[in-house]
Amino acid sequence: MAITRDEVLHVARLARLALTEEEISKFQDQLSAILEAVGKVSELDLSGVEPTAHPLELSNVWASDDPHPPLPVEEVLANAPDREDGYFRVPAA
Amino acid sequence: MIDTLRLTAKGVNDLLETGEASSDEIFAAYRAAIDERDGELKCFLHVCDESPGEGIPIALKDVISTKGVPTTAGSKILEGFKPVYDATVTERCAARGLRTIGKTNMDEFAMGSSTENSAYGPTRNPWDPDRVPGGSSGGSAAAVAAGLAPWALGSDTGGSVKQPAALCGVVGLRPTYGTVSRYGIVAFASSLDQVGPIAKTVADCAFLYSVIAGRDANDTTTVDLPQPVEIPQDEDLRGLRVGVPKELNEAEGIEPGVSMAVNAAIELCRELGAEVGECELPRSVDYGLPCYYLIAPSEASSNLARYDGVRYGLRVSPDGIRELYEQTRDHGFGDEPKRRIMLGTYALSAGYYEAYYGQAQKVRTVIRQEFAAALERFDVLVSPTSPTVAFPLGAKTENPLAMYLSDVLAIPPNMAGLPGLSIPCGLSEGLPVGLQLIGAQFSENVLFRAGHALEQALGFDYVPQRLA
Repeated sequence: MAITRDEVLHVARLARLALTEEEISKFQDQLSAILEAVGKVSELDLSGVEPTAHPLELSNVWASDDPHPPLPVEEVLANAPDREDGYFRVPAA
Repeated sequence: MIDTLRLTAKGVNDLLETGEASSDEIFAAYRAAIDERDGELKCFLHVCDESPGEGIPIALKDVISTKGVPTTAGSKILEGFKPVYDATVTERCAARGLRTIGKTNMDEFAMGSSTENSAYGPTRNPWDPDRVPGGSSGGSAAAVAAGLAPWALGSDTGGSVKQPAALCGVVGLRPTYGTVSRYGIVAFASSLDQVGPIAKTVADCAFLYSVIAGRDANDTTTVDLPQPVEIPQDEDLRGLRVGVPKELNEAEGIEPGVSMAVNAAIELCRELGAEVGECELPRSVDYGLPCYYLIAPSEASSNLARYDGVRYGLRVSPDGIRELYEQTRDHGFGDEPKRRIMLGTYALSAGYYEAYYGQAQKVRTVIRQEFAAALERFDVLVSPTSPTVAFPLGAKTENPLAMYLSDVLAIPPNMAGLPGLSIPCGLSEGLPVGLQLIGAQFSENVLFRAGHALEQALGFDYVPQRLA
């Protein structure tokens, strides 16, 4: 199934990707081809089949409620592109 | 001087135990091999000059967090990133004295089948430097094949350990989902990602698996192994039931040379005493790849939302927070992550969720059921790991779908959370062919036993002929 230019722009906006003109047209073609291939899953009638979200049948995995030391603030901020007074710094909206 | 080309991890351990070489001398020998050969092959993104420990060197895929050592996942968006803690697998290796010799190249965020999607340039195949090593753990597989590390860790979401192991002529295990901790691993598709060992022999692979496997309190999807890992010794396959799934062995695109080598290995199973029979996976192979390419990108689109230029990694900083997010992500991600983020975002978006993601999750149930039925009748299922031998660099980079097909045989068992072992089973056109052995969940010991017996009987020489 073909994806339109507007759909590419919509998805890019949802995913916070600022695409160039060249990328928009390239991804429109490639995503259309990929969607056509993966759309094959809709050929199967799977009414009544339960979905699998996870390969192991685990449920209610509990952790003991023991406090552990957190990462020191200095380490949390060690890779920050910008920081101020122990916080991550970003431009105002 | 220690020649690392032929040396296994077991061989290194013997040198250490007999006192013939010290851990430092061995580390230096692998460093020298890297200096000699990695300029051409580019297996490593970062090489460690020093590494604590008294044991065997190991190479780690760059998706694995190493405290204070750069970890980029092959992406520009993580250029210069130094984790402030170790992944659980890194800790477990260190606890056994293993010394990290370097971080290996990979397709960006483990998305790819050739290592050409690395933002830092491709790795080359030690058997033929004009060809790809497979991917996404191409750096790890090529490093082991070229004697730059005795063993390595990779990660496998849709074939990323098995396929490069096959293309480089080494042994790779994708473990049962949930047996190896994902804590500290750069996440791609969390219901599929598993770290796995790559080595020259099945016994080394089994040993390394025993080092990393087992429940981790920091990853609640992990479980304890039902039985301890057994290092394989048997040289026959008596009593083993080997199934040959028709669809995995007759899929379109399997090269004749690959089929020949795999069929010879299946014949060898018979000679070693196994009962061999045919079986079917009617929908798992046809629908496995489409299912994977909906579920993995959907999970990736969520996991990769964290790369926003705020807390770590690249920041491209124009005015305004929205522009910061969008420009950072556009500059930081390469084409393949962008394609998968967009595909996943689309598949999860309102109006399409049921038709794509919801339907793919149901297909996943069908695949689990088909494998479960086949594995009632058989202990091990066999097929080629990859439809082709290593392909030339650039052959598939313009056509994402052609690249995706490289994992068409590796993906179906992954969707069911099953373990898979790839062992080299011969050459086609002078390049290694991988045999995929698939078992039931937690049946790694069966795979190791079968893989080891076949390995002994096949006598495959894992040293690339051009380096020998």
